[in-house]
Amino acid sequence: MNSSVDALRATFGTAIGRALEVCGDTIVYVDRARAPEILKWLKETPGEEYNYLVDVTAVEYRDPERALEVVYFLRSLHRRADLRLKIELPRDQELVVDSVVPVWQGANWLEREVYDMFGITFRGHPDLRRILMWETYAEGYPLRKDFPLRGRFSRAEQVRQALAANPEAHYSMEELSIAEAFDGLPEDMKERLRRGERGKLPYSE
Amino acid sequence: MSKRTVEFEVATPGLGAQGQPQRVPLGVAGDPAVTDAPDAAGEHMLINLGPQHPATHGVLRLVVELDGETVIRVIPHIGYLHSGFEKLGEYRHYNQIIPLTDRTDYLSPMANNVGFALAAEQLMGIEITPRCTVLRVIACEMSRIISHMVWLGTTSIDLGAFTPFLWAFQERERIYNLQEMWTGARLTTSVTRVGGMMADVPDEFVDGLRHFTDTFPKTLYEIDRVLTKNAVWVGRTQGVGVMTAEEAVNYSFSGPMLRASGVPYDVRKDRPYLGYETYDFDVVVGEHGDVYDRYLVRLEECHQSNRILRQALDRLPAGPVNVDDPRVILPPKSRAMSDMEAMIYHFKQVMEGVKAPVGEAYAGIENPKGELGNYLVSDGTAKPVRWRIRPPSFINLAALSKMAEGRLLSDLIAINASVDIVMGEVDR
Repeated sequence: MNSSVDALRATFGTAIGRALEVCGDTIVYVDRARAPEILKWLKETPGEEYNYLVDVTAVEYRDPERALEVVYFLRSLHRRADLRLKIELPRDQELVVDSVVPVWQGANWLEREVYDMFGITFRGHPDLRRILMWETYAEGYPLRKDFPLRGRFSRAEQVRQALAANPEAHYSMEELSIAEAFDGLPEDMKERLRRGERGKLPYSE
Repeated sequence: MSKRTVEFEVATPGLGAQGQPQRVPLGVAGDPAVTDAPDAAGEHMLINLGPQHPATHGVLRLVVELDGETVIRVIPHIGYLHSGFEKLGEYRHYNQIIPLTDRTDYLSPMANNVGFALAAEQLMGIEITPRCTVLRVIACEMSRIISHMVWLGTTSIDLGAFTPFLWAFQERERIYNLQEMWTGARLTTSVTRVGGMMADVPDEFVDGLRHFTDTFPKTLYEIDRVLTKNAVWVGRTQGVGVMTAEEAVNYSFSGPMLRASGVPYDVRKDRPYLGYETYDFDVVVGEHGDVYDRYLVRLEECHQSNRILRQALDRLPAGPVNVDDPRVILPPKSRAMSDMEAMIYHFKQVMEGVKAPVGEAYAGIENPKGELGNYLVSDGTAKPVRWRIRPPSFINLAALSKMAEGRLLSDLIAINASVDIVMGEVDR
């Protein structure tokens, strides 16, 4: 077992949940509320120095009762050590965790992808927009288990939506404001832009 | 006839300390036509680069905010090639996922096959045979060479050098011929299986690859000769897109991008898999973290891959390629047709798939683009609950705007090329 687990327990006490060793990797469950603090501590404390964020992803199990998990893969490049941190997100609560972009810039797109695919919100993320799906994508979150493999809408409906799409929708409102294309926008988009709101999904929430 | 000396007035108004003519910004010379023009400062232009553009290396779309020719901001739009591989993987048996891995980073399909197979084997606790290990090393290093050759070729075209493209693609064809010899496919190889390989190499493969390793360095030296000291190449790449070591680590760079910034991290050395620790090769590390160093790192990595290939060919042991476990490896067709027990195993594997124990596994391998991670979570069934690809070029691309901001638009092309993206993997 990775020695960092004991150090974590000594420092954060009850915020550290169970730790297990699976296929040669150490997995530690941490408390959602204190996760940013713990991750920052792991990065900056001498002797730990997990300075490299390998990956951020999420897991949803087939068991509908089981909580979703956000997984952080940490690595110390010079100590050659790896640690996997998990945060459990119970289904009856809001799917929100704190963003680690202030600690690792590399988390920016990774968190956007988790948001895009699982609908988990990262609080404090500088630019939390959909990344692989387009901004106005309305079918939900593709990697969730309740999302059917072939998508929610029929082929005909997808084609209809694609043909009906406003070409302006291919630019974010921020981008349109650069090009002074504001005047040509549809009224509802203009209104959203005035309110400082960007690219909200019509079917989300 | 006497010689005459004619003194020309220098066209530019001054010379620098080295005697080089200094550039003067337009409009400063006091030309009334220029000075009276409305002040364009602060007026930014939005241009849309891609998704169909030869210099974006696939269906990448960049919305670029420009002040004159200076890049203020780059907003990448990706997802045009999103195929939902990770979702598809949740509905397939482990061996059925392998064809999907070909199609992620389609410039190094064999290495992706190996990466996935390693993760699945780690999850199931399978130990592969010595011959299979060496064959997989050969597969990975062949992939590294073709991927770097594509990178070299396309990047040199982006920056105005056409000839290296032809040389590089010629070498790539030779590896493709070897891949075809081995797997029957040039691009979508699907060469691995959980617990072994789709097939052993044919007899003439070893000689063919040895001939390749003997003749390939000549092309590398030729490319080196036309590019490394070429004034245009150096001018377009040195000091462009610089990432310091600290920034590279903070942005989770991996592979040649990380090493060009001076961080000596190579998964093959530092988290060894497939017995890479027993091969003699050097980790290539750059110094400045610019496009030029990334080029040098990749060029030298081809030499190192060639070294590994030679060693692998020398040590290629005899013996079976597949593990001797009827639960994971299909019996030979002849036995499945004649032996009852073999037929049952065959039936169970095809119909039910190979069941993995409850748990999860992460296998990171050093792909040509960076660290390719395959993360598998299993709930004890024959299909993974979650298959996550850690896509190296997706993560490297995320720093594009950081590298390009404040540079010229033409530098953006060089920087984007230097990331070595492949959209199949970025979008998955």
